[in-house]
Amino acid sequence: MDTDDLIRTLAADNDWRATPTGTAVLVALVAAAPISLAIFLLMLGVRPDFVAAAHNPFFDLKFVVTLALATSAVGVVLPLSRPGATLGVRPWLLLVPIALLGIGIVCDISVAQDRSWTERLIGTNSRVCLTAVPAMALPLLVAALIGLRQGASTRPALSGAVAGLICGGLAATVYAAHCTDDSPLFVATWYSIGIAGLTAAGAAAGSRLLRI
Amino acid sequence: MRGQVSEWTELMRQAVAGDGAAYQRLLRAISPVLRATAQRGLARAGQPTDGCEDIVQEILLAVHLKRHTWDPAAPFGPWLFAIARNKLIDTLRRKGRRVFVDIDEFADVLPSEPEKKAASAREVDQHLSALPPRQRDVVRAIAVDSASIKEAAAKLAMSEGAVRVALHRGLATLAAKLREP
Repeated sequence: MDTDDLIRTLAADNDWRATPTGTAVLVALVAAAPISLAIFLLMLGVRPDFVAAAHNPFFDLKFVVTLALATSAVGVVLPLSRPGATLGVRPWLLLVPIALLGIGIVCDISVAQDRSWTERLIGTNSRVCLTAVPAMALPLLVAALIGLRQGASTRPALSGAVAGLICGGLAATVYAAHCTDDSPLFVATWYSIGIAGLTAAGAAAGSRLLRI
Repeated sequence: MRGQVSEWTELMRQAVAGDGAAYQRLLRAISPVLRATAQRGLARAGQPTDGCEDIVQEILLAVHLKRHTWDPAAPFGPWLFAIARNKLIDTLRRKGRRVFVDIDEFADVLPSEPEKKAASAREVDQHLSALPPRQRDVVRAIAVDSASIKEAAAKLAMSEGAVRVALHRGLATLAAKLREP
């Protein structure tokens, strides 16, 4: 085919309006959310002392940290799906959840508590945490990657990794309502391992699925 | 060159606003530059440059299918260059070379033979015949037989809307097939 013929053909398709990447990702995540919520409700459920726990700042911090991770990652993944776009300060916002967690750890260690810091770090839920967060995040990750295919990332592995952060953050936010380990030391250890695994999975999948 | 690129940005804005003629002018204007970029990339990677037109067409398809990722408030040049570079590196990798091509900015790549008649390419043709029948018929009618959407609809006894959908899907399938290793 002549390039001129191809150009004429592309121009004939000029009226086509594609869905913006952000919308595609949002729709896909909303579609997959019931699967993750079903896993949560059927296998985990909200912890029995949820209302009392809400008065514990360390409990509340878990939601703040995981939501900060998910939102800052959204802010990175969308410009990444625009070729030639500059990221500006956005990648630095990913440090916000880390800083919040760091402040939490300092507070946790400086406050006198019944259990030693190693006991708090090891907690009682680590195995559930390591299974539940990836299990709830995986449907979201598949959805996010499908949505991101609408975009055009020139760094597909990086985009996939950031998608892993979004979904890990969202899944961890929901999981936090079940988890009775509130110490930031526990969160920094076990939540991070689960989310790191998702990030790696996202990078591997992204490098194949998100090429332009 | 700077003037040329801002002209492209203007044409692309008109295209996004629905002006198909401006879009066609834009794609014609960028093709020689893409061709020169592809030739140079192939030559530097030690590849024969006769596969150049395949790369140009693959870039044009990517530009078309991903144009909603261009921000109309931003200049068109960096966006186009990022896609072109990505596609070029991808193609060279697919040919089994681990390459790190240093590709110049457009400013350095003035088209070597600006008015050279656009050459034909093989890869799109190969994949065209492998499209699902409806998409293939529509793309062929428009690309090869130079039919308009309306003429294609009459010829294939389809509604114009169905022709538009089949055309877009056909182009998306072609791009996906070109991307396969």
